[in-house]
Amino acid sequence: MANILDIRRRIRSVVNTRQITKAMKVVSAAKLRRAQDRTMAARPYAHMLTNVLKSLVARAEIYDPETGEPKHPLLAQREEKNILLIVVTGDKGLAGAFSANVTKAASRFLESKAGKNIDIEAIGRKGRDFLRRRYPAAVVQTQSLAETDESTEKRAEAGERAGAIQIAGEHVGVLGKLEFAQARTLAEMVIERYQREEIDAVYIVFNEFKSVIAQRLIVEQILPIEQIGEQTVRLAEEMTEEEKKKAKEAAISAGVGMRGAESAGEQAALQFGTAQVDYIYEQAPEELFRALLPKYVAIQIFRALLESVAAEHAARMTAMDSATNNATDMIDSLTLAMNRARQAKITKEIIEIVSGAAAM
Amino acid sequence: MPDTFQLEIVTPEKKVVDTAAAEVQIPGKNGYLGVLPGHAPLITELAVGEITYRDGGEEQRLAVAWGFAEVLPDKVTILAETAERPSEIDVERARKAKQRAEQRLTSGDTNVDVERSLNALHKAETRLEVAEGKGHS
Repeated sequence: MANILDIRRRIRSVVNTRQITKAMKVVSAAKLRRAQDRTMAARPYAHMLTNVLKSLVARAEIYDPETGEPKHPLLAQREEKNILLIVVTGDKGLAGAFSANVTKAASRFLESKAGKNIDIEAIGRKGRDFLRRRYPAAVVQTQSLAETDESTEKRAEAGERAGAIQIAGEHVGVLGKLEFAQARTLAEMVIERYQREEIDAVYIVFNEFKSVIAQRLIVEQILPIEQIGEQTVRLAEEMTEEEKKKAKEAAISAGVGMRGAESAGEQAALQFGTAQVDYIYEQAPEELFRALLPKYVAIQIFRALLESVAAEHAARMTAMDSATNNATDMIDSLTLAMNRARQAKITKEIIEIVSGAAAM
Repeated sequence: MPDTFQLEIVTPEKKVVDTAAAEVQIPGKNGYLGVLPGHAPLITELAVGEITYRDGGEEQRLAVAWGFAEVLPDKVTILAETAERPSEIDVERARKAKQRAEQRLTSGDTNVDVERSLNALHKAETRLEVAEGKGHS
């Protein structure tokens, strides 16, 4: 039987741990709420942009009437030889299997595209660390991008490849205070490379977040754009029932809303640009379309990043909730063990006294 | 005809403005355009510039960088990549950005992306103008 003092010490230590995990859960819940709000706030813009683009497709001759070939390079399909994959993970750990799941999905995707040249843009420290161990960095000509402040960015310029799969860019520390400008910079770089035909397709692997109980891990095709307003999902992994249940429990105990409440402006946003009137176009529709398409790519990436951040906080909240529960269970069983040990000790003492008295 | 229309200014980060306005000036790509209630339906791309609108007498100003606007008789919606009120503008940063752009333009280096630098310069100048409360005209 274990020493009572030892057990008591362990209980104290587990209680401390539980206090920390509980606090982290509350913090994650608060951050999750903020991240959710930001995802909501970004939606009206995305809806409106999509609508205008859709109506432009109808008005401008985006597709060649004879061949059906798209006139815009971002819509054109090419044979996939060089691929760019954006991997979005978290910067911090203690979020359960959040980042590991993303890197796993990324690895699976890489396997499915074996034999092609793949450039990886790693967003988030966890994913970068994982990928770095497996793949070489591209031949880098370090170039710090202006106006990115403290976030460390490394960019490889076109040159020799370090391997079939290489890490072309790293973005660490951008997720904490995510701004649209960062998504735009990334989008501009991607588009430029796509137009120079350095890459033939762009995919992003991230954790999609609709609400706490509706999340999935997906690989989405960013370029070429197949259909405006439609997600082109190449690989998806839904949450398991068990994960859903855990997430639900965590959300309830932390007081986070389960549903991604529709923001008030969303309905209105859906109607933007769809009024049945003949608009005066200040610019030619083709020109407007060309200007808007890159923004569409940027907002897609921005949305992916925002949702990934929300998902990360949700994952951390769930992980910390189960950690707290586990700690409570552990304290209970340790307390039981301690009481048993104490009782055994007392019983033993009584027996000693009684048998001592009987011997006299 | 009503004497106001609904004005919405939306950025990827948030909805910046949602109000009834009597008048708005939009920096269209082909020049500024003023919109009053009952305007004909119109869609335009925005340039770097300043949005000025009037809600209940008070004149409000915003610095915008790229976006586009949909004008309907009773509603104006502006999608802007950034839209900042004078109080939100980081004057120091804008000033530095202006300096950088000027340096690039005057350096004589042939590698300079002139269009991009000009754009950056324009953005910085607009920010400064809005922050300091000077008009665009």
